[in-house]
Amino acid sequence: MSNKIIHALYDDDDVLLEAVYDIRRAHYEVEEVYTPFPVHGLETAMGLEDTRIAIAAFIYGVIGLGFSVWMMDYMMIEDWAQNIGGKPSFSYLENMPAFVPVMFELTVFFAAHLMVITFYMRSKIGPFVKATNPDPRTTDDKFLVEVAIRGDEEKLIDFLQKTGAIETKIVEKHS
Amino acid sequence: MSHYEASIRKPLILGDKSYHDISNDIAAPVEGKANKWWWGVFILALVAFLWGVGAITYTIGTGIGVWGLNNKINWAWDITNFVWWVGIGHAGTLISAVLLLFRQKWRMGINRSAEAMTIFAVFQAGLFPLIHMGRIWNGYWTMPIPNQLGNLWTNFNSPLLWDVFAISTYLSVSVVFWWTGLLPDFAMLRDRATKPFQKKIYSLVSFGWSGKAKDWQRFEEVSLVLAGLATPLVLSVHTIVSFDFATSVIPGWHSTVYPPYFVAGAVFSGFAMVQTLLIIMRKVSNLEDYITKDHIENMNKVILLTGGIVMAAYLSEFFIGWYSGSSYEDFTYLSIGAATGPYAWAFWILIFCNGVFPQLLWIKKFRRNFTFSFVMALIINIGMWFERFDIIVINLSRGHLPSTWGQFSPTFVDIGIFVGTIGFFFVLFLLYARTFPVVAQAEIKSILKSSGDAYKKDREINGEVKTKLFSKDMF
Repeated sequence: MSNKIIHALYDDDDVLLEAVYDIRRAHYEVEEVYTPFPVHGLETAMGLEDTRIAIAAFIYGVIGLGFSVWMMDYMMIEDWAQNIGGKPSFSYLENMPAFVPVMFELTVFFAAHLMVITFYMRSKIGPFVKATNPDPRTTDDKFLVEVAIRGDEEKLIDFLQKTGAIETKIVEKHS
Repeated sequence: MSHYEASIRKPLILGDKSYHDISNDIAAPVEGKANKWWWGVFILALVAFLWGVGAITYTIGTGIGVWGLNNKINWAWDITNFVWWVGIGHAGTLISAVLLLFRQKWRMGINRSAEAMTIFAVFQAGLFPLIHMGRIWNGYWTMPIPNQLGNLWTNFNSPLLWDVFAISTYLSVSVVFWWTGLLPDFAMLRDRATKPFQKKIYSLVSFGWSGKAKDWQRFEEVSLVLAGLATPLVLSVHTIVSFDFATSVIPGWHSTVYPPYFVAGAVFSGFAMVQTLLIIMRKVSNLEDYITKDHIENMNKVILLTGGIVMAAYLSEFFIGWYSGSSYEDFTYLSIGAATGPYAWAFWILIFCNGVFPQLLWIKKFRRNFTFSFVMALIINIGMWFERFDIIVINLSRGHLPSTWGQFSPTFVDIGIFVGTIGFFFVLFLLYARTFPVVAQAEIKSILKSSGDAYKKDREINGEVKTKLFSKDMF
């Protein structure tokens, strides 16, 4: 099977959104869409699943909370209990009101940073990563749809132009 | 997709713009050359910054005895400046996080610069606890790390340590929030850069952002969750800053009203600083179409509300001081003589700058006037500095015995450090204004069709163009 794809370029988000529906309804495969800004409804149009990154963030937050409790229990109660301002230092629970601020901060710290790291890793972005958008105009005002070629090339190009594509280009896909 | 927005809402983007026009407008300050004004202000800020570096070096080399502190007033400008700067920082997070949760779209024109301001302000704030330790090289002792002193850990009962955790979490989360939002905009600059060096830099900082559909989906979810995390975070930060005072035993500091009152004050001063910066920036960087009169008016409304909360807190303190009939309350708020004693001038500056003058913002004409808003913002900045000065110095200046009464006068080092941080702040902000996309252009593009002036007018004439509703079961 050839791994040729078509790059179809659109210049309007509403046209793009309808085009993506039409392409999928015509049983072609939309491999990727590059847009300069988030186009709402595009996930549904492409049939993307919901992201679970918020769930991950919640789990990271719980880990952060657990870590802060363990850390302060070890440092303030187990390892070297001290009498500070008469605050009870014999059990974590009794001393806990003084620990709430740090428990909260570390929950947020873990949730926020680990979530963003997860996002960067899952989306393969980070320092020294090369951008993969095929056309530089897709960060400005154009929208690019990658469609896998199946069957008649000409027919597909014709079809894409009917959906409102302003440019179409056949390219060899590398990966 | 429907782009309906009530026609009664004022457009957020003026002029007849296309997506490409937005890219051009936002890239213009980065790609163009700086004018004389920029260089003038930059050099001024740089000189102030260097003066501050000198004053800090002198402090560290000699010890904090070079400040005007004395036996009685043992905490003064250092902590005043710390609280002032942290407070200023709050507006950025409020604009980008709280307004995102409330779906306030006018935040999009100003959130980038407000967040930048937050980060630069927290940098300044962070300097003060470090240098007022006296022995800055022991600064790492605030971290809970195993150390050469046996198993002596940091004291998690102390509000000062809570502060370390709050400020460092706040700073790092703000930076991450800001940078993640910047990725698509850096990518826009990268893809249109013509100079190789610029291309290289923006490729590096845009982290290879390509704008894939799945990335956008995650991007939006991450922004939303970060906003949800940053909102309680920002409230906690100033709450914890207020704990530095509220959990102590000094009369006047030991007060349960502090956390809400500090948070309101922080938002109040932060919005004033955003006004100060953006009223200038919209002119200098030609962003009048993105930061409009309505943006300024909205911020003035927030200032009016938070200023009112602050004023209500002042009044309730004095009212309770009188009405409770408690001799402790009487000493703390009334017989200490804040309004009549040697610091009366500072007290009345506070009351007038924070309480009286901002009331003019009830008048719509003033709220919508740039010059007036700018002057008002400066007044509030001054008033909020004096608020912290009054809280700290007036309360320390009157002990229970007349022999413990004292006064504070700053030395040239105190002044130098303060002016230095203002210089440092403006150095950072001016560099930012020339190298960063100062408006979140990707977000602005996503509301162009609903809130753009030309689109709104077009809809009014032609009526709402209904497009098909899409759903999953079409396949």
